[in-house]
Amino acid sequence: MTTTLSHTSVNVDGWCEAVDRLAGGSLTLLSLWADPPDVKMALLDEAKGDISILSYACRNGQYPTVGVKHPPAIRLERAIRDLHRLEAIGASDTRPWLLHTAAPYEFLAAEGEALHQIAVGPVHAGIIEPGHFRFTANGEYLVRLEQRLGYVHKGIEGLMTGATLDTAAKLAARTSGDSTVAYGFAFALAAEAALKIAAPPRAVYLRALMAELERLANHFSDIGAICNDASFSLMHAQCGILRELTLRTAEACFGQRLMMDIIVPGGVARDIAADGAAALRGLLAEVRRVFPSLIELYDNTASLQDRTVTTGIVKPEYARQFGAGGFVGRASGRNVDARRLPGYAPYDALAFEVPVLTAGDVNARVWIRIREVEQSLSLVDQLLGALPDGSIRVDVPSRGGEGLSGEGLGIVEAFRGDVLVWLRLDDQGRAARCHLRDASWFQWPLLETAVEGNIVADFPLCNKSFNCSYAGHDL
Amino acid sequence: MRKTMIESLWRGPLTEPAPPVDEAALAELAASVNRAARARLGRSLSIRHVDAGSCNGCELELHALSNAFYDLERFGLRFVASPRHADVLTVTGPVTVNMREALLRTYEAMPDPKWVVAIGGCAVDGGIFSGSPAVVGGVKDVLPVDITIRGCPPSPRQLLAGLLALLNA
Repeated sequence: MTTTLSHTSVNVDGWCEAVDRLAGGSLTLLSLWADPPDVKMALLDEAKGDISILSYACRNGQYPTVGVKHPPAIRLERAIRDLHRLEAIGASDTRPWLLHTAAPYEFLAAEGEALHQIAVGPVHAGIIEPGHFRFTANGEYLVRLEQRLGYVHKGIEGLMTGATLDTAAKLAARTSGDSTVAYGFAFALAAEAALKIAAPPRAVYLRALMAELERLANHFSDIGAICNDASFSLMHAQCGILRELTLRTAEACFGQRLMMDIIVPGGVARDIAADGAAALRGLLAEVRRVFPSLIELYDNTASLQDRTVTTGIVKPEYARQFGAGGFVGRASGRNVDARRLPGYAPYDALAFEVPVLTAGDVNARVWIRIREVEQSLSLVDQLLGALPDGSIRVDVPSRGGEGLSGEGLGIVEAFRGDVLVWLRLDDQGRAARCHLRDASWFQWPLLETAVEGNIVADFPLCNKSFNCSYAGHDL
Repeated sequence: MRKTMIESLWRGPLTEPAPPVDEAALAELAASVNRAARARLGRSLSIRHVDAGSCNGCELELHALSNAFYDLERFGLRFVASPRHADVLTVTGPVTVNMREALLRTYEAMPDPKWVVAIGGCAVDGGIFSGSPAVVGGVKDVLPVDITIRGCPPSPRQLLAGLLALLNA
């Protein structure tokens, strides 16, 4: 499928027509952001494979709400209000989101007999990111979860405005550390689209190699950590070994464990080490030796299955409505993967399957990861086998040159789902405005639905099976 | 499960020798730590971690400290869930405006004597995020810092070398 990308300026009618199509389900919301005085919406027509970016010029700082008819836009609208002071007219929820004020935050009410609230966070037990969860429970059973995020809001998009391409790329790579390769990749694609240049073939393959290593490392730690939250520490220890081996191989190949800042606009900053291919083949062999027995262990441990099967179900209709990507979407019936749609090089030249399940529970999200590990191993094989020779970087037009201003969109499949980067460059080749949208934006709200009716003690398990990014969301 | 466990027994430990203690961290600590307090604590320290605005890269490497290769607990260092049980506060990230209060409250909940370890380039001075109105600055702008461990992110070996300084001051 060839994806087409269109940019359209719309009036109120055009904007509202798109909102109706979103609400009707014939379009999927990829993102909603502000480039003052405009607000923009990226829309995906999954049937046709087309992406359109609609631009609406706000009048008096106002635009018609999307969130009232299409709830996935609510938090994005609240973020736009906080960061750009543009108002969604008719919005039902006007509480601040990324900016925290001194005024007490009004959590949504849950009414009924014998309900009590449990407040958790922002500082959690364990080494995890900060965020607040407000549970309403009836005894052991969860009636409502409401998240309050924004604690790690650093103003990344604000820092990017006016930044050099180099600095902006570094900021993008630090949006969510666990997806630093994916963010670097998506930012580079956006920048290259804006500058109308293309990375050389060897760089394209090396990018995918790093992206698959990142996916492997994260899937290993997630599979282990989910089992650990069901008190099955053996899997955690074994998966931790596989993750460490993956990161050490990444360091041997690219000089850095998380491969931060190696993907740059125009290509990659360094080539794979001379003995990198051998190190990678060694890693593949070790994973293929060990991983099957771990899958068997997961599958044959009844006490573990008892915790993961039918726990934290995401209904397929919600996954569809929110356009959920990654293991959250694919475990709930969504056949989506940014490597396929919109698709980007070199994945169009590689063979891989996109696993899809329909159960939508913690178990399904574990199995999607397991299947994706297998696919990534095959992809690393293919990438190594077909790694083109040649240069690894093209020159990025320098300041004052021709054709520096422009817009570009990059969508890349990170381990947890699609990362979208939209970039507009000024005539000096600096970032005039950059918008980054993590898959977590559309997964966090689904976690609120998934825990309903589950017991409080299963929340960590549900949460870990989502493993949403706080940093990637809070920006 | 038995097979996996028996294999692990036969294979022997993956755990690696400790890296040399970070000299810079040691010097930093010697200047700030009361020796009498150190003697009372002995060689076992409980660590409470707070992410005050990190990109989560540092957290990934802190997690790695508990894997079979680094095995932090063999040194008497362990992460605890409550600040009330902690001797050491590790902090990552630039401190965001939204996390400042939570970081302060966590620190205040810890019993004395206590130490603060700032981890990663952002924790030193805000790093690439400094200058943003949403960021207060480095950890030192909010709390007294005893050790800094630099790097973006620091590797588990660097983290280990820095944390071991706490035991050798």
